[in-house]
Amino acid sequence: MFARPQQLREAGVLGLNERNTDFIMRLNPRSLYPRVDDKVITKDLALKAGMAVPELYGVIFNQGEVKDFVEIVEGRESFVIKPAQGSGGDGILVVTGRSKRKRDSFRLSSGMLISTGEIAHHISNIVGGQYSLSGNRDKALIEYCVNFDPVFAEVSYQGVPDIRVIVYRGYPAMAMVRLPTRASDGKANLHQRAVGAGVDMSLGETLTGVLDNEVVDEHPDTGALVSGLQIPKWNFILETAARGFEVTELGYLGVDMVIDRDLGPMILEMNARPGLNIQIANCTGLASRVARIDEIFDSRATPEQRTRVARREFPADRQTSIHFDR
Amino acid sequence: MKQQYVFGLAALLAIVGLSVFAYKWQVLDFPLTRNQETSVWTIESSISFDSGPGSIKVNLLIPTLTPGFRMLNENSVSRGYGFSLNYGSGGREAQWAIRRADGQQTIYYRISVYEDEGMNQSDTTPPFPPPPVINEPFKTAVDVIVADVKEQSADTASFTAELLRRMNDPSPDPNVELLLSNATTRAEFVESITTILASARIPARMVHGTALQGRQRNAEPVTWLEVHDGDQWRYFNPMTGEENLPERFLVWWRGNEPLINVEGGSNVQVGFAVQENHLDAVAIAETQVAQQGARAIDFSLYSLPIQTQAVYSVLLMIPIGALIMVILRNMVGIDAFGTFMPVLIALAFRETKLVWGVILFSVLVALGLSIRFLLDRLRLLLVPRLSAVLIVVVILMLLISLMSHRLGMETGLSVALFPMVIIAMTIERMSVVWEERGAADAMRAGAGSLIVAIIAYVFMGLPWLEHLIFTFPELLLVVLALVVLAGRYTGYRLLELSRFKVLTEQ
Repeated sequence: MFARPQQLREAGVLGLNERNTDFIMRLNPRSLYPRVDDKVITKDLALKAGMAVPELYGVIFNQGEVKDFVEIVEGRESFVIKPAQGSGGDGILVVTGRSKRKRDSFRLSSGMLISTGEIAHHISNIVGGQYSLSGNRDKALIEYCVNFDPVFAEVSYQGVPDIRVIVYRGYPAMAMVRLPTRASDGKANLHQRAVGAGVDMSLGETLTGVLDNEVVDEHPDTGALVSGLQIPKWNFILETAARGFEVTELGYLGVDMVIDRDLGPMILEMNARPGLNIQIANCTGLASRVARIDEIFDSRATPEQRTRVARREFPADRQTSIHFDR
Repeated sequence: MKQQYVFGLAALLAIVGLSVFAYKWQVLDFPLTRNQETSVWTIESSISFDSGPGSIKVNLLIPTLTPGFRMLNENSVSRGYGFSLNYGSGGREAQWAIRRADGQQTIYYRISVYEDEGMNQSDTTPPFPPPPVINEPFKTAVDVIVADVKEQSADTASFTAELLRRMNDPSPDPNVELLLSNATTRAEFVESITTILASARIPARMVHGTALQGRQRNAEPVTWLEVHDGDQWRYFNPMTGEENLPERFLVWWRGNEPLINVEGGSNVQVGFAVQENHLDAVAIAETQVAQQGARAIDFSLYSLPIQTQAVYSVLLMIPIGALIMVILRNMVGIDAFGTFMPVLIALAFRETKLVWGVILFSVLVALGLSIRFLLDRLRLLLVPRLSAVLIVVVILMLLISLMSHRLGMETGLSVALFPMVIIAMTIERMSVVWEERGAADAMRAGAGSLIVAIIAYVFMGLPWLEHLIFTFPELLLVVLALVVLAGRYTGYRLLELSRFKVLTEQ
């Protein structure tokens, strides 16, 4: 049932308390939080740094503008509505199309129909602060709905699969692919029962997955093998993630990326408090990788150099995946 | 670097808290446990006499140095008399005076004492007494006895013991017989012994007092012999020569002066009555501190009005609840709604008692949740919706109270003590989690909150802990130190040990 603390220590596992005190408090000054907590700012910064982000269709700032969303999405078949200060994927509405018969109804990624009024209510909830980290008033973003690359089609149930890269002091330290499930309602969030699959940092190939803190080999809904998938443009993905450090200046950063079929990898959001389940997905402790980065840290290294170092230093422990493949 | 500051601060807080605590406990005698009672003895001396025609002055010797006892308070009851306390040659004296009085008079002097070992040392070393002037033929007799006893003794104590043996011999030698020919009372007997001891240059005096036990209507003061051996006073039973003092012997006065002296009155009677009471040790410690003028008492919660005390006895337990919260969240890793919601729920449990508290809380949240889901259909804005939930919670509380009253279950009335705003927020948070993460997550976090609340309730309700914090509020500094330390705890949480167990199975 329980492991001994000593065992976890040896496996290089990072705990929540250590993450909060030694990483977030030390490396992430609070004044920098708005850069990642407010997605409008994040998008702006990423664009200025020349990184790809989903196109912003519009922002709704207050209750009076809620009805304006109809104009914003006028002529668009698909779009995503999300709170600017949301956390954990809460409050995100993915609209993939319009109803054929009723023009004022929209189809969600889950296939359910939703009326304009219901969307407006959702937006006003967002603006009212229901999903915001602080509980204060918030903004609602309406942006491009990613047309995701078919590479993960076999292993996701609706929704948008994304790639989370943990960047420590500018070095990509660990990555995982987050695959939506029926239970996660199309959301790529492990808290909501999405599957997380570890990624071999040097090859960009998926390893085994984790569901609810349990190691799994197959996607629970599609039954396809989670492991052995090659992520396209892996080097570009890692370099973009590494550049997230220059953009946000956060020393402990989670960069969430999606791969669009046409537009390639783009940054969805960044996170100053990335969770720790990524360790289970990779069957590897984060603390040991972080310790290695501290050893080889070079403040003058470019994102390209840091990516090269990360790919060299952190190949997957093949024995691990063999163990779970059996 | 920062780590050191944290440890330093925590150590400082703990040291300050613990040293104030130790001072109050060890020096000021504040009790560690509740209802620790100390026996308090009240000795009342009643003086009655027939008044003469003129002015009246009454002098009563009262306790000055009381080995083994500490005075709690004293007072006098006398109608129309002027009262004063003076230091006379034989120690403290109470003096009453009146210009004229009619008929029989009764004056009371009352003193309350309690046992205190620390009082034994508070006496002074006397000078060697001058050789007394004694007339013949007694002088020769005394000299002979002193020479004889000296021959058969080694030190002051054995000298005294040997002298007392001879003086109490049923067939005394002629010298003793001569000396005792005038001694009819015990006091006179002891007085002649002090004279002999003075001739041998040994400081000695008579002590008069009572052995305190239970309730005594008429306690007779008995005379004891006190001899100084150069280091300390020793007590001898003058009738047996044994060196001891009766248990709980309160020394009332010393020397050979009369206990009472009434000028202008006749037919004087003095009686002593003893009564044992049990007083809360806190009260005694406070009185004592007040007498000594120590400042610590100014900050004691016991000096507040009773009602405020009741409020603080509850409020002071909140830091304990917060500490439990810190431990359960950061060291165990239990998920709960809101940072301090469980602590406030635990406070409400204090009034409702645990089982009813859990039932009422669950019923309230369940009803609130179902109504919250109905409200969801109305698509209200956030703040109006929260307010609606709050109002619904208040109405539900009212209904539960009314219903349980109808059914004769008075405990149901205590539902009113739940923090309604906190419950409304809990319902709102729970419904959002329910929608976003599913019923399982909402239930898990709800159950987590309840578990934390129950554990916090158990600790916040420990009577000894409550007493300890209330009597020694400085212990909150220690709690603060612990919380600060926990703030730098970077180890694994207990639940992480099971969560990350897969990583160790390679």
